Amino acid sequence: MRQTFDEMSSSDGTVRPAYETLSQWLSNVPQDVLAHRRKEAEFIFRRIGITFAVYGEQNAQERLIPFDIVPRILTKEEWVQLSKGLEQRVKALNHYIHDVYSKREILKAGKIPEELVYKNPAFRPEMNGQRVPHDLYVHIAGIDIVRTDPSTFYVLEDNARTPSGVSYMLENREIMLRLFPELFSMYKVAPVENYADDLLATLRSLSPHSGHEPNVVILTPGIYNSAYYEHSFLADKLGVDLVEGRDLFVKDAVVYMRTTEGPKRVDVIYRRLDDDFLDPLAFRRDSVLGVPGLMSAYQAGNVTLTNAVGTGVADDKAVYSYMPEIIKFYLGEEPILPNVPTWRCREPDHLKYVLEHLPELVVKEVHGSGGYGMLVGPTADKAQIEAFRAKVSATPDNFIAQPTLALSTCPTLVEQGVAPRHVDLRPFILSGSDKVRIVPGGLTRVAMKEGSLVVNSSQGGGTKDTWVLDV
Amino acid sequence: MRVRIRHEITQRFEPPARNTTATVRLTPRSHDGQFILRWTLDLFSDCRLNPAEDAFGNLCHTFTLDGPVDVLTVIAEGEVETQDTTGILRGTVERFPPPLFLRQTELTEPDEAVLKLARSLPFSADDPLSFLHTLMATLKERIAEVPTSALSDVLPAGEALKTGTGCSGAVAHLFTSVARLHSIPARHISGYLASGDAGTARHWAEAYVPKIGWIGFDAGRDMCPTEEYVRLAVGLDSLDVAPLRGTGFDTRQNVRAEEGRLSARIAQAQSQGQN
Amino acid sequence: MLSRTADNLYWLTRYVERADCLARILDVSQRLAYTPVTYGGSTNEWGSAVLSAGCADLYTNRYGPLEEATEENVVSFLAFEAENASSIRNCFEVARTNARSVRTALTSEMWDVINSAWIELRNFPNRPLTRDELARFLAFVKETSLRFDGATFRTMLRNDAYWFARSGVQLERADNTARILDVKYHVLLPEKEHVGGPLDYFQWTSILRSVSALTAFHWVYRDSVKPWLVADLLILNRQMPRSLAACYDSLARNLDDIAGAYGRQGPSQRLGRSMLARLTNRSIEDIFQTGLHEFISEFISDNNKLGAEITEQYLT
Repeated sequence: MRQTFDEMSSSDGTVRPAYETLSQWLSNVPQDVLAHRRKEAEFIFRRIGITFAVYGEQNAQERLIPFDIVPRILTKEEWVQLSKGLEQRVKALNHYIHDVYSKREILKAGKIPEELVYKNPAFRPEMNGQRVPHDLYVHIAGIDIVRTDPSTFYVLEDNARTPSGVSYMLENREIMLRLFPELFSMYKVAPVENYADDLLATLRSLSPHSGHEPNVVILTPGIYNSAYYEHSFLADKLGVDLVEGRDLFVKDAVVYMRTTEGPKRVDVIYRRLDDDFLDPLAFRRDSVLGVPGLMSAYQAGNVTLTNAVGTGVADDKAVYSYMPEIIKFYLGEEPILPNVPTWRCREPDHLKYVLEHLPELVVKEVHGSGGYGMLVGPTADKAQIEAFRAKVSATPDNFIAQPTLALSTCPTLVEQGVAPRHVDLRPFILSGSDKVRIVPGGLTRVAMKEGSLVVNSSQGGGTKDTWVLDV
Repeated sequence: MRVRIRHEITQRFEPPARNTTATVRLTPRSHDGQFILRWTLDLFSDCRLNPAEDAFGNLCHTFTLDGPVDVLTVIAEGEVETQDTTGILRGTVERFPPPLFLRQTELTEPDEAVLKLARSLPFSADDPLSFLHTLMATLKERIAEVPTSALSDVLPAGEALKTGTGCSGAVAHLFTSVARLHSIPARHISGYLASGDAGTARHWAEAYVPKIGWIGFDAGRDMCPTEEYVRLAVGLDSLDVAPLRGTGFDTRQNVRAEEGRLSARIAQAQSQGQN
Repeated sequence: MLSRTADNLYWLTRYVERADCLARILDVSQRLAYTPVTYGGSTNEWGSAVLSAGCADLYTNRYGPLEEATEENVVSFLAFEAENASSIRNCFEVARTNARSVRTALTSEMWDVINSAWIELRNFPNRPLTRDELARFLAFVKETSLRFDGATFRTMLRNDAYWFARSGVQLERADNTARILDVKYHVLLPEKEHVGGPLDYFQWTSILRSVSALTAFHWVYRDSVKPWLVADLLILNRQMPRSLAACYDSLARNLDDIAGAYGRQGPSQRLGRSMLARLTNRSIEDIFQTGLHEFISEFISDNNKLGAEITEQYLT
């Protein structure tokens, strides 16, 4: 494994220019003051109720995601490179989804195995030939980025369904502004607060009708969903109604919401509900979270769903491995952001390699997310490795493997003081009919345990404020 | 042969539903083996029927009834001219290439027993047709068929095999499940069987064989569809072809389902030849 | 606004109000239970508390007859019991669940009160409380509802959301006052109809205390506590915030404001106004003549009916 890249200091201890001021400030502020501010941050988070639910834990129904008060800094140059790559990636994703639901050129060209589309449970036959406004499917994307050296940012994962985490990006900045106003006087940090405006503009641009102000709503599975806080947070920031399935109904292929003044027509639904649950008449019939008949309204072109139905066909980890080809096929460009090399266990020679090198690899389920069902070879014990060997051998199609990347580290406040911890980055990319919008930065997730590479909040990871310098 | 069909479905709500939204798939399309001479769909309620085409090209109608709704009656009625094509389908509406029909669904997902069955049958990739006939004969032997209801749930493939009984739809689940396991595209069909004076709602399967195309297999009767079959809708499983799917219909808590009355008769008129 | 949002607001405020009322009932019951019988104290105060809270059936199912109700059982039943949907603990749980569903319709101050109370509630031990702890607990509950009302009053926009929230409070409050009167109406009846005397003084004052009206009584009537004046204050006096008349005064206005904003009125406005008229046009002598008990029973039932009308008209 290569030497870990630390974003603040190089291996000889010199502090990189962007971090100089912060580093000095950190060494001047007494430890107990930092600890105190961190407590304060935690208190504020709990008071405003920024919590998330962890599946499978009965007593900890609402938990805080640890917030680290040391910001992560990206220079303007780094960001320009990143945002170009992100825009390219999302454009390619949209082209790909449009294609697999219409002409399927990429399959005819033999660039992607047919069964990766047809046997993918996220491929929705209902979307075949369905027109969506402006041929856009992924209006809100979260692309997970990891860094391994000064100039290399890898895409680790595409999230094209209902990516979450943006509320943390916004709240983290709020809290930092509140707790450390002095730091913001030392740095010129690009603002992120306009995300809500950008999102609303994007959603409105997708309305199926012109002529009147579209009625935009956010559809949530309800208060027991792990990301409920985010749903209500966004509704609040956008000034739109937060609805549950039971608040909506469909009549003659038009969606209405029940209000105290009678039915009101709905034009755009930013849904934070998975495809499976959207409409019991089209998908899972036991779903009580969805809206019966919603798909009929969607198919009639009377309502826009964001993201579109069936976008999952583009973001599983098996399709991920073809992203460089997908970008080349539709855009005729080389990918700006490289993929992490990936072995597809569905291919016999890849499988053989993976089974021989399990202790060095990270093995992931094709359809898994949130850090569940994942093997991190170097830190796993023998029993875990053997368990995975059995699983992968039994259903190779379900797995991919990647080398264990030396994720970059950032200074992080932990029990023993400030120490390096591994981080990743999830920027949010908004695609509207008019343009692509990306607020500078995104959500930095940090593995709070020393040496750990798992940053997922469901596995105890924390978050940081992400600064893109505007100089 | 000319077949006259009348299919009536009545759904009762107890207590009455505040409102209900439903989709019906009760309109057949013509192809080489059948020509629709006349077809009407009646809903004995005051509302608009919104016609649409589903993912697989089936003609369907969606409607919403404002409550309180205590009873809902749908009647499909029409005449179809059919002819025997030895089970081979031509001129059907196809929205997907055959490989799509390799997808398993919740209802066809094989369990251990189904996998075992699939492995136990002699299979050669060069001759899928013989395999499909063997599969059909085997299922006829293994599954005792019970009458097909237009409304009740159809057993998943694994359940049907375990219990050794199932309606024609359950047998079709099992057939498609096993065929897909051997990478033969297979799909689920709903329709009618008119034999003698009686008519029944019926499900069967179709499988895709290179160079021939889609072929129908009614494993419950160990035969390929004849001119006595009217093909209504196609999908991945019985849920995709459900004649009536609506809110509150599937929970059964406050719904009492009444078996639809169905009659299919062979009309006296002479065959009118091909259209 | 979304019907469900209005519904959540309405029930949120109802449950906060209910918790407050339960705390008062427990407070007063404790006081009376410690008063010697010879001074008007009675041994089945705890039974009355359960009756006033309106959950007698559930209690008797779990603990046996009301006449044998004990302090320990009743306190834990009304304050903490998970199986009692209307225990104070559950009121706070339901209030917070409702609040969480309508976060966007609440001001941060309102959310803060509810969320903090819910967190604080976990600090009270899960065992029978000592008298000190109970006193602290009841004070905490009352303070929460005061803070919540204050936050609502000071921070919320005066629009339909506010009116639905306030309607919930008034409807619940009217119900609670009426129930307390219903359980104790016999001590308020004219003297010749029941054996009483100066000993009843403690019962009368306890009714006033349970709605925080003892001081108000003296200000309003400048007289010693007399049963018909107690009834007058709690039923007909519009100056007294917990009286039925005052509740309906606000309720009818809130409902009219909603109708005004929407440009359309319906059954709930009509029923609200007719009930207000009934409370305005009658005298307490009148009510005693036709029967206090009958009057209150009818009121409780009509009050429920109004709740149902509001639900039907706006909240579903």
